[in-house]
Amino acid sequence: MTETSKLQLPEDRSLEIAGRVYQSRLLVGTGKYRDLMETGHAIEASGAEIVTVAVRRTNLGQNPDEPNLLDVISPERYTILPNTAGCYTAKDAVRTCKLARELLNGHDLVKLEVLGEEKTLYPNMTETLVAAEELIRDGFKVMVYCSDDPLLAKRLEEMGCIAIMPLGAPIGSGLGIQNRYNIRLIVENASVPVLVDAGVGTASDATIAMELGCDGVLMNTAIAQAKDPIKMANAMRLAIEAGREAYLAGRMPKKLYASASSPIDGTFF
Amino acid sequence: MQVQVNGDAMELPAGATIATLIDKMALGGKRLAVEVNEDIVPRSRHPEFTLNDGDRVEVVHAIGGG
Repeated sequence: MTETSKLQLPEDRSLEIAGRVYQSRLLVGTGKYRDLMETGHAIEASGAEIVTVAVRRTNLGQNPDEPNLLDVISPERYTILPNTAGCYTAKDAVRTCKLARELLNGHDLVKLEVLGEEKTLYPNMTETLVAAEELIRDGFKVMVYCSDDPLLAKRLEEMGCIAIMPLGAPIGSGLGIQNRYNIRLIVENASVPVLVDAGVGTASDATIAMELGCDGVLMNTAIAQAKDPIKMANAMRLAIEAGREAYLAGRMPKKLYASASSPIDGTFF
Repeated sequence: MQVQVNGDAMELPAGATIATLIDKMALGGKRLAVEVNEDIVPRSRHPEFTLNDGDRVEVVHAIGGG
């Protein structure tokens, strides 16, 4: 390999979020598992270091001795990333983040998502921009779930969001990366980490996101709703690593026609 | 007096604090956060924060989510 082609390889930047370097580029959710034990085992198998949680009312009729999610996914071991899932307005999202910060003793890293409608759970970007601005002003470190519009992604970065997280496809759909071109444009323009959040269905989807140069992938349903979530968590860990390595290796150019792999010289027929 | 806790009415003695409420809900020592009339009340203030009739209280915790 010549020096020139080496220089053209993508830079192997480590994943740094809010001043902390992470070895794993797979971020996982904790929803939709059969029970907390399965949640714990799947997360262990995924190798994830950043784990999302939701903030909800305590159930008045709940058994007080029931284990709490944060007893299984301990904040001492994992970086807890509270989300604002279920919020349809900037106001509700900001309230949720403030409750999360109190819940986690001042931990100010949040995943902002403001939804637009129930059918697609597509992000409401006008409300997302309003919420992001208010949260950043209040000192939160905002990782933002957003549409795959490169201009809006850049705007969120310029506002001070610390990670941009465009959807690959609707939340829980498992459809895979629907617009590779946009994801690639977002990655190319960004100087903060870009993570595909939502839409991954199976391992190859995660690999594609990483081959496009994403800094990581956040997923929940693809693991939790697999027939064997623990096996799928392991598959996702490998898929993320494979995609990252392929991105760093620099893939061969696509060609329209064949190019023989065995030499023509020396044939005896 | 009556307060709204997580959307449901609850009777509490006059002068009850957030700490009283948490004990009544058997949530003492749990990781949770409390909001009264949409304002956060930090954990350190739970023992002294007196609730008033008609207050809307939210008591939340972390659950599974993506």
